[in-house]
Amino acid sequence: MSPVFSPAAAGALDGPQWLIDRRVAAAETFEATPRPDVSAEEWRYSRIGDLDLDAFAPATQFGDAPMARLDVEPAAIVRCVNGRVMYTDVEQELTDLGVRIGPLADDENGAARLGSVADDAGDYFTLLNDAFMDSPLLIDIPRGVVIDRPIVVTHHAAGDGGAAFPRLVVRVGENAHVDVMDLHTSEADDHILMCPVVELDVAAAGRLGYLKVQEQGANTWQFGSVLARADRDATISAATAAFGGHYARTRADTRLVGRGAHGDLMAIYFGEAEQTLDFRTYQDHVAPDTTSNLLYKGVVAGSARSIYTGLIRVRPDARGTNAFQTNRNLKLSDTAWAESVPNLEIENNDVKCSHASTVGPVDEEQRFYLESRGVPTGEADRLIVAGFLGEVLAKIPVPSAAPALKLAIAEKLARQRDLEPAAMEIVA
Amino acid sequence: MSQLIIEGLRAAVDGQEILKGVDLVVGSGEVHAIMGPNGSGKSTLSHVIVGRPGYEVIAGSVRIDDVELLDKPTWQRAEAGLFLAMQYPTEVPGVALRDMLAASVCTSDDWSDIGELMRVEAERIGFGAQFLERPLNVDLSGGEKKRNETLQLGVLRPAFAILDELDSGLDVDALRQVSQRVEEATSEDGLGVLAITHYSRLFEQLQPDTVHVFADGKIQESGGATLADELEETGYERWATAPAPSGSAGLADDPFADPLL
Repeated sequence: MSPVFSPAAAGALDGPQWLIDRRVAAAETFEATPRPDVSAEEWRYSRIGDLDLDAFAPATQFGDAPMARLDVEPAAIVRCVNGRVMYTDVEQELTDLGVRIGPLADDENGAARLGSVADDAGDYFTLLNDAFMDSPLLIDIPRGVVIDRPIVVTHHAAGDGGAAFPRLVVRVGENAHVDVMDLHTSEADDHILMCPVVELDVAAAGRLGYLKVQEQGANTWQFGSVLARADRDATISAATAAFGGHYARTRADTRLVGRGAHGDLMAIYFGEAEQTLDFRTYQDHVAPDTTSNLLYKGVVAGSARSIYTGLIRVRPDARGTNAFQTNRNLKLSDTAWAESVPNLEIENNDVKCSHASTVGPVDEEQRFYLESRGVPTGEADRLIVAGFLGEVLAKIPVPSAAPALKLAIAEKLARQRDLEPAAMEIVA
Repeated sequence: MSQLIIEGLRAAVDGQEILKGVDLVVGSGEVHAIMGPNGSGKSTLSHVIVGRPGYEVIAGSVRIDDVELLDKPTWQRAEAGLFLAMQYPTEVPGVALRDMLAASVCTSDDWSDIGELMRVEAERIGFGAQFLERPLNVDLSGGEKKRNETLQLGVLRPAFAILDELDSGLDVDALRQVSQRVEEATSEDGLGVLAITHYSRLFEQLQPDTVHVFADGKIQESGGATLADELEETGYERWATAPAPSGSAGLADDPFADPLL
């Protein structure tokens, strides 16, 4: 039982009565739920046992947040600090079309939208988010509305010892289309706990592109979820680019509940120094003729660690499922470590599923090829690593974010001492 | 006027000696053909000269003029003027040709110069501009990969090029364009060529000055261009390292032989 994250504390947060009641109920459930440990399959390899929850308290500083870097003018900009919506700028044209972007608590549909995906999914930290979310953000795209430029959200956390519980709910109406870039940052040196929950709910024939860019500070612990549901013939393209944090776990669930729904799920990650980047994915095929394609590619350098555990689940009714899961990891040093555990659970015979995973160093043949064209060893490795991640970058939703992500990768690569030119091994 | 000088080169793979003492001098503008049976060590020779991992040099020297190459990493051998057109060019996902050429110490630092050179070279060998933006060798056919190698030779302008079975996997048109381009480099830029091949068809456009028969890890015989035609006729039986097993003589050499004969 936590003295800080108690039902009483949850009940003291601001908001309409329905939201307060919801928080208190969640806090009560949280209080009655034992903290999972690594003996549970879902938390195997995680660092949940190292988290000192009582070292944190809900953050109370609400300043400004950094801007996302994009190559196009966004259709709307929202900045949130410690889970509170601080700034919104929405083009009038969107408002005229009935698009709603802003604090969910102020929206007439807010109560119905909140939890529409997370309430049947979620884990221990989703529950904690439910109890202590400050001001959830709603992006609601009405039926048939197509927005051709991205909506850009920043979720920033600040304050030493602060815990932030950002909540984003994206609802894409029938046959509507939107792309959302969601930048997660935190103060560089502050000791911070960040438990963001993102709900993506796409109605029939809707299309959603969602890109989460995680650039948290080196002293931040993250237990986050991106929980998606796609209805009939809907398409979700969801990507994560994870660069920051001390320990950063992202759980990504995609439930394909309507016939013909499709999910493109991807991630790039780059851990260095003492970072641990942890990913848990579920591809849940509930309805017939659903397809999902997952590609997670990551790099570990220094003493960094990465964990990928993924499950494709095909329910009894989901005949005609096509589901693929690929996780590839490059290890740039002997002290780096990557774990990759793909899994299938199939309850229907009429399906096509596969999974693949690899962990290894930079390919010697590829390095030799570049070197034989006069590319110095360290430079060859940097090109290969950037190209390895570039395969995913070429497919991400919100392509206008790709140049900034390439730059972030280049900056990481420039810091790697392991990539200096190697000595010759030939004995002459 | 430069020379690529190979002296007493011996090398092993997994403790087994493959190159057993190779001596060869290639001058600027010269074309030397290395022809020999499969398994004779021809490809090993090209790999050892360029410094591919996995080979142990036991003895010898490879120099461009008085610069020793064997103690340099591969990229510095390229910087010294060496180029290898590979038999099986490696796929490098996500790395575009232009990015690699821009990172090479052999090219100008000017991005637009490289783009212009790439365009000109692609046109000279009939290589579609659409391939220039692709990741290196990914989803290219065998012939496209060889055109890609030749294009790089044109952009990087090496002093010496080793062509490892450049003719394999090429159709007639591509072979003509590619070998013509190399021939032009010998006269325009004084490129010295070491062309490793099993067949003589590469030499319809690219005229060899000297032909070397390579077998059992060393050069067995050297001669003029007519030796290549002779080898095409007679094959390499004279230099076979071991007698064919009795009962199946000749069959293993000719995949189209009638198995009933």
